[in-house]
Amino acid sequence: MSLQSTETRRIPDRLGTPLKSAIFSWPSLLIVVAVVLFVVNSLASPYFLSPWSLSDATFNFTEKVLIALAMALLIIAGEIDLSVASIIALASTMMGLALQYGANTPELVLIGIVTGLVCGAFNGFLVTGLGLPSIVVTIGTMSFFRGISYIVLGDEAFKGYPASFSYFGQGYVFWVFSFEFALFVVCSLIYYVLLHRTNFGRQVFAIGNNDVAARFSGIRVERVKFILFLLTGLMSGIASVLLTSRLDSTRPSIAVGWELEAVTMVVLGGVSILGGAGTIQGVVIAALIMGLVTFGLGLLNVPGIVMSIVIGALLIFVIALPILFRKFRNRRR
Amino acid sequence: MKLLHKLAISTAIAAALMAGPASAAEKIALVVKSLGNGFFDAAAKGAEEAAKELGGGIEVIYTGPTSATAEGQIEIINSLIAQKVDAIAISANDPDALVPALKKAMDRGIKVISWDSGVAKGGRMMHLNPSDTNLIGETIIKLAADHLPDGGEVAILSASSTANNQNSWIEAAKKILPEKFPKIKLDAVVYGDDDSVKSTNEAKGLISSYPNLKAIIAPTTVGVVAAAQVVTDQKLIGKINVTGLALPSEFKKFIDNGASQGVALWNPIDLGYSAVYISDQLIKGKKAEPGASFSLGKVGSIKLDDNNTAAMAAPYQFDKSNIEKFSKIY
Repeated sequence: MSLQSTETRRIPDRLGTPLKSAIFSWPSLLIVVAVVLFVVNSLASPYFLSPWSLSDATFNFTEKVLIALAMALLIIAGEIDLSVASIIALASTMMGLALQYGANTPELVLIGIVTGLVCGAFNGFLVTGLGLPSIVVTIGTMSFFRGISYIVLGDEAFKGYPASFSYFGQGYVFWVFSFEFALFVVCSLIYYVLLHRTNFGRQVFAIGNNDVAARFSGIRVERVKFILFLLTGLMSGIASVLLTSRLDSTRPSIAVGWELEAVTMVVLGGVSILGGAGTIQGVVIAALIMGLVTFGLGLLNVPGIVMSIVIGALLIFVIALPILFRKFRNRRR
Repeated sequence: MKLLHKLAISTAIAAALMAGPASAAEKIALVVKSLGNGFFDAAAKGAEEAAKELGGGIEVIYTGPTSATAEGQIEIINSLIAQKVDAIAISANDPDALVPALKKAMDRGIKVISWDSGVAKGGRMMHLNPSDTNLIGETIIKLAADHLPDGGEVAILSASSTANNQNSWIEAAKKILPEKFPKIKLDAVVYGDDDSVKSTNEAKGLISSYPNLKAIIAPTTVGVVAAAQVVTDQKLIGKINVTGLALPSEFKKFIDNGASQGVALWNPIDLGYSAVYISDQLIKGKKAEPGASFSLGKVGSIKLDDNNTAAMAAPYQFDKSNIEKFSKIY
């Protein structure tokens, strides 16, 4: 086997033998961290291990991780979308406007999702159609989309959403499993299949690793990237429906700062910020870890600023650990 | 090996965390807009004071998000529900967005009140306002009248002419003038739009238009600083007294230099103190319904109106004797 490996060139998204790489992979490391956190939390607070507590805790991350799933694909393809939180605000505002004209629940959901798609298409057009860098474009649309919300709403709020609309953010599918959590599970599976089991997913990795080479091998780079922006817009639209339903109201300041939390989940999940590598499993576990940390520390009434420090330290720790491990192993050789 | 090592460390951490006090008779959570704000730190001080006075081992949990968002407060409410606290007293970042989360808390048997910044009616049992229109209207005139035993002319420098708060306070002040302060003559009400430059010009205008002016009353934190600066610059200290509603930390220098004899604003310590008193009575079974009255300990007592809201007290007055202490708080 070692003889073979010197002769053939490997595709650089899988290092080491399958078994070894599975054990030392990012997701396994994250699982270890998650288990440790779970144990620590259970020991630290008598309230942690209760089905309802854990169910409540999932609301801290379910909306954000939906965006992170789409963001992961975008970052793997070497692009980024920083306007996601503003898309939530705009989609929520559009739903609130529609409500003033008497829209019912299905129409509200449709409007939220379509607004997300339109925003995504707008970002996608600016990046792929005009060839502008995505970080610049989406910093611009970040102010632009939320700006529209502020113009429409000022310091007012839309409220009075129909009772049936509250199901999306407050309803439960079965026992303690909320609709949001169920949607998170379903979407995670869909994104896993899309990224790791389809041609489209391989194209995303190829573009992220070398988009010139990808272009020469017949991948329609612009189209793939455009679809990824559409997906991010779509997920932001869905997140907006959930969050608006959960808050039962719309204010232009809704979801401020969520773009960075989504990016943090993606990076903590082992997606290379430079593109070309990453897994959906990693992102999902990273979201669970962030949920565990914030909820666990919340139960101990640790101030929010300490929580931010812990998340930051966790990010550095998890990213540094494999690098240190590799250095240590190389030195021993 | 590595895992074992990690587990050992984490158990040690967990044990250390567990060492803190775990159980108390009553747990009252004081949730604020954001941490690291002197106003709310002062409220927490008041809350602790009330807990000590009431006795019985009340534990006050002082908490809030890092940035003042409704989403952050909801995460905190969720963790307080999980901790099975007995009461949540919240100063809300958003009157509407918190309603579903707080309703859930009430469904699980937690008493919920809002204070300072309110929650819509469906999301709380009652709301405690720092003060109310009539009390503020009376206080701003009284601040000037207290230093004018023989009466005199005063003028009001307000925020914008469309500011609801200020307009209703001024209305209340005008109403109370003939009844309680017959010797005070209100010359004019001018508007500085909460803009330093415009407020400064309006204050200068007042001083030149009314040579007998004895006091300028500015029920806005921007206007009051501008007026005091004008009085200081024009060397009118001792002739014209500037008063109104002011932040102690911003205004301390004008009390020190004598441009103002005293100002007023809500007292955060009393707010936190009262919130704990009310929560305690709700936990002990008292019902929050229109007409119900609650004791606020040393602060006094309140009676709920038809919307289950009540005003705590007249604005708290700051002068030479206490400005030093409060300027460090907020």
